[in-house]
Amino acid sequence: MSRRLMEGSEAMAESAIAAGCRFFAGYPMTPFTELLEHFAKKLPGSDPPGVCVNAESELEAVGMAWGALATGARAATGSTGQGLALMQESFSEITRAELPLVIFNMARGQGDYFQATRGGGHGDYRHIVLAPIDIGEAVELTQLAFHLADRWRNPVMVYGDYLLAHTSEAVEVTPIAVDPLPPKAWAVDGSRGGSGHSRNVNPLGMEKGRAGIDPEAFWNRLAEKHAQIAATEMRVEAEACEDAELVVVAYGTPAKFVRYVIRELRRQGARVGYVRPITLWPFPGDALARAVRHARRVAVFEQNAGQMIDDVRLAVLGAAPVEAIGGISTDKSGFGVGALLDTERIRERITRVLPGQEVHA
Amino acid sequence: MSSDVFLRTDTPPTVPAQKVGAFKPGLLLHESHHLCPGCGEPLAVRMMLEAIQELGAAQRTIGVVGIGCYTTFSGSLDVDVIQALHGRAPSVATGAKRMRPECLVFTLQGDGDMVNEGLQEVIHTAARGENVTCVLLNNGVFGETGGHMTATTAIGQRTKTSLDGRDSAYHGHPILIGDLLAQLDGTAYAARGSVHNAAGVAQVKRMLRRAFETQLHGEGFSLVEVLTMCPTGWFVPTAQGPGYMNEVLGAVHFTGELKADGTLVTTRELIAAAERRAAAQQQRADAEGT
Repeated sequence: MSRRLMEGSEAMAESAIAAGCRFFAGYPMTPFTELLEHFAKKLPGSDPPGVCVNAESELEAVGMAWGALATGARAATGSTGQGLALMQESFSEITRAELPLVIFNMARGQGDYFQATRGGGHGDYRHIVLAPIDIGEAVELTQLAFHLADRWRNPVMVYGDYLLAHTSEAVEVTPIAVDPLPPKAWAVDGSRGGSGHSRNVNPLGMEKGRAGIDPEAFWNRLAEKHAQIAATEMRVEAEACEDAELVVVAYGTPAKFVRYVIRELRRQGARVGYVRPITLWPFPGDALARAVRHARRVAVFEQNAGQMIDDVRLAVLGAAPVEAIGGISTDKSGFGVGALLDTERIRERITRVLPGQEVHA
Repeated sequence: MSSDVFLRTDTPPTVPAQKVGAFKPGLLLHESHHLCPGCGEPLAVRMMLEAIQELGAAQRTIGVVGIGCYTTFSGSLDVDVIQALHGRAPSVATGAKRMRPECLVFTLQGDGDMVNEGLQEVIHTAARGENVTCVLLNNGVFGETGGHMTATTAIGQRTKTSLDGRDSAYHGHPILIGDLLAQLDGTAYAARGSVHNAAGVAQVKRMLRRAFETQLHGEGFSLVEVLTMCPTGWFVPTAQGPGYMNEVLGAVHFTGELKADGTLVTTRELIAAAERRAAAQQQRADAEGT
């Protein structure tokens, strides 16, 4: 496959199909809609042919993906915040059924950080959340999402937004290097019926041939798995933190604006650094704590009323003051492309909290 | 539909006579369950397993089980199972069937699961002509929670949330889900049976076979609604379960095939035809008496 100018939605669909995604179900909703369109266009003609269902609701979309996953196929769904809210009950159960669901969240800005990292579903569950900075990284993280989902038998969310879905970049979908995965011995294909060894893809902890359930042991086993994921799957990008007096934390597409400004300020001699969590869960708290070791101040730029800042504060643990320099900023449609997404404004906000600069603010 | 009424007696039966209660169905791993005495669900499930086995489909069957008393079978059916959420089984079945079109895919749902929580799912699955079979165990009550009103509860039926009986002015009307789904173009077969007596049990099995054959022939969506006893949830003595069901639920959710070979028959028409038959019978009896 060659380098081609692609809208983010198309690039993610291409990448998913290249990663072996054979089933997609979704319900149209801005800014997720184009992703569904591209899957609908590309999946039936893929090799081997896949299926894309324009589901009648988000509840049905996630249910269909659930059924496809249970047969061992790579499958995905997606939406934006409101639609994902409708899917939460299934997200919880799919996590308990240990199915490798990939969720494309084309969020309306960054107000859904809590939804993505805490979830709104019932019970103790966790999803790996990958937040690409741009389309090029989205192509890689989409493939990684399918790999990690299978690796851990756990849902993985790709947190994008309007910018990621609707802007275009010249990208090439090249396969990422990953470790081999074990066969899906748990998947149902109907073939074991009557053998005494039929299978049960079950979120309640019910097992074939055994009466009743043992929820405490089952939930503890899942909690143990989530602890292992938390310990091993943190991903982070950090730049110029070694001698930084101010470290700015940002994620997703707005981080690209922040990174640009940080590099510019560095060239001008300011001792500023930058940390970008690539996994929103597990949050790379250890890496962040190391990065801010010598910082006199930590600033968080996120386009919301303050959500990721909670995780930043937990990581920094009082070692330095943590200040919010982002805020709610959106266009009239509410899709999150606000006036704050502007390097001049971001530069002004970062400069305002530079240690020693307060008097000029 | 007449084939359901008449049994051929001029040739020996193809299957030798057997004691129905004397053995465990082949596609059951163990007989442990937490269902109440007098429950009709095991009967319906038994007929379903026998139908699958008779069609030689056991090695290519995927069942999607909803949430209700029958969820206990998720662990004991010896066919591949996906356990779904309450109401969501038809969508899960859709995803499974699309990835495994060679499999026989069925859902097992109660009336609370299919007609309350998951009504939209089953309607869209039928409208899509999804090549799956939905099996409804309809007892007109939320059995697992202890006897509460569902969308199929008959007018006058007492439940914990309709203590003086379901009143249409206050609680609304029951949904005839079979009729609702039969009229959709994507539905190839729809039938309603009842396990209140031996003839009913045998008819349920024929309906299940027919539905599964419809799916295996790739004809589209199929539904088999089975009325099942729930004496616990109805607050009637166990032995009165079958009679109560036939009188109360059976009068509303009248049994028969609602769609087969492209012919649509409404429940109202089934009732009218039964009334005509009864009247004719009465007339004959009167004539013979005189």
